Amino acid sequence: MTAREGDHTMSDETLIHLSDVTKTYRRGREVVEVLRNLDLEVPRGDFVALMGPSGSGKTTLLNLIGGLDRPTSGTVEVEGQRIDRLSGSRLASWRSRHVGFVFQFYNLLPVLTAERNVEVPLLLTDLSRSARKRHVAAALDIVGLADRAKHHPRELSGGQEQRVGIARAIVSDPTFLLCDEPTGDLDRTTGTEILELLVALNREHGKTVIMVTHDPRAAAFARRTLVVEEGRLRPAEEAVA
Amino acid sequence: MIGAKYFPLIWKNLGRRKVRTVFTILSVMVAFILFALLAALRTGFTGGVELAGADRLITIHKVSLIQPLPASYEADIESVDGVVDATPATWFGGVYRDKRNFFPQIAVEPEEWLAMYPEYVLKPAERESWLAHRTGAIAGRSLAERFGWKVGDRIPIQATIWQRKDGSKTWEFTLEGIYDGAEEGTDTTQFFFRQDYLQEARAFGEGLVGWYVIRVADPARAAETADAIDAEFANSPAETKTTTERAFVQAFANQMGDIGAIVMAILGAVFFTILIVTGNTMAQTVRERIGELAVLKTLGFTDGRVLGLVIGESLLISGLGGGLGLLLGWATVKNVDAGSILSAFYLRGVDAAFGIGLIAALGIVAGILPALRAMRLDVVAALRRG
Repeated sequence: MTAREGDHTMSDETLIHLSDVTKTYRRGREVVEVLRNLDLEVPRGDFVALMGPSGSGKTTLLNLIGGLDRPTSGTVEVEGQRIDRLSGSRLASWRSRHVGFVFQFYNLLPVLTAERNVEVPLLLTDLSRSARKRHVAAALDIVGLADRAKHHPRELSGGQEQRVGIARAIVSDPTFLLCDEPTGDLDRTTGTEILELLVALNREHGKTVIMVTHDPRAAAFARRTLVVEEGRLRPAEEAVA
Repeated sequence: MIGAKYFPLIWKNLGRRKVRTVFTILSVMVAFILFALLAALRTGFTGGVELAGADRLITIHKVSLIQPLPASYEADIESVDGVVDATPATWFGGVYRDKRNFFPQIAVEPEEWLAMYPEYVLKPAERESWLAHRTGAIAGRSLAERFGWKVGDRIPIQATIWQRKDGSKTWEFTLEGIYDGAEEGTDTTQFFFRQDYLQEARAFGEGLVGWYVIRVADPARAAETADAIDAEFANSPAETKTTTERAFVQAFANQMGDIGAIVMAILGAVFFTILIVTGNTMAQTVRERIGELAVLKTLGFTDGRVLGLVIGESLLISGLGGGLGLLLGWATVKNVDAGSILSAFYLRGVDAAFGIGLIAALGIVAGILPALRAMRLDVVAALRRG
């Protein structure tokens, strides 16, 4: 599969804008600069794959976009809002409304059934119990797991667990999805199914998707691929060239 | 901070390590059973203090309780300003079948006594019967049940103090009634018989009584009235010492040591241990779930919500264990026959309420440190560790 061109669900409106972002960490006495003067624009409806070698800062970039971390300098704007300036609790609240997270190892709560796992983000809303049930059923239906609603994670295959993870990510209808190596723990066939699901969410439901991956085959499902290298971003073609 | 919709999430987490959770709950349960039993025990020793009438005074001989007072004092006491009524009582101190069968036997003026203690509830027919029969007696419900007495039974009691005029030591009474307590905790372990029977049949002590119970018009002026009574008999051969009934019962209870302090010391040690046990369980449960808590925070759970979830879990453990413990303790207290040792043995409402407060405090204190750890969790670092 190749990146899709001319898809009508993509708009010119900038959804995510990172400007001159630098992120440093202190490791003992050493200061490590993970991202350096990085700029990024993601239009609404885009599907971006972030690639790069281990330790290049892909996940750090994802964390900044998702409001899990703050830049050392620079700005992070989503829908025109400076999220790097939000307080801890407001940022948490912002994440619950705007970001759907998909993890490499699914990170489902083992004590809860699939439907209860998917319901977790909705606990942060004012929805009634019946409304929450409707949303959960719809999300599980989208990922094709309506018949596994009552199963616990241990009763599901890896691919099914990741589908539940995706259902949890989309159940509150977030502004965009952040996927950290979503196929990293799956075999190729199952991984492809998950990627096709993400593509469907992007093309049919208009969800903006930002995905970190090591796998060029996975990246090929995205509209465009960016490479994080030496703390900066550049298009994949440039890297290849 | 944490609504009912989070309950399934908290509840399911308890089932994660079932054995550990069950043992922790059992530990808390045992502690609260002990709490209920000790609270009832303390009530048994000191509860009479709170139930003592606020408007009643006790007048005894200034030297000691066992020194008798003249029967003629009754009229003098009733003439003191502020006194509504006075009635005498005399300790009998007999033995029923065996010395181990101790219970208080007190000679009283039936009508005055029942008027003085409205908390002793007697059926009208039984009351009339007692008033009509000189050798009649009444017993409290606990006492009657202890010995299987029924109304109409003949009860022989061997005197240890009051030998009869005929040289016999055996006093025979007919049980005319069984009284109940108007409220829980009222002493129903006593045996009352008629003062005139004692006066007529005893070999010595004519014209003497043990002590007086006095009702005052204004409890707020009880101390003043007590002083006035004692002043009435100052410099007489039998000087008096008058106190409120509450102080009298308290002094009696204090003879056995500060039961309240002893009970609190035991409970303090028990609850400190339980706090450590529960706190350790919560610390482990948070340590094992760092990754999951990080995911919850990633999904948008605020620091406060994560704190609330962990505190909620701790409260649920202490609530289940403590609630069960209080219930079982209450049931045990209800079914234990302590009448031979204590005048009252029950879990007071105020102690149950204190127990509920203790459950909440245990839940919060045991959960607070692990909850703070969860709250301060660095999401990025926790997710990186997986």
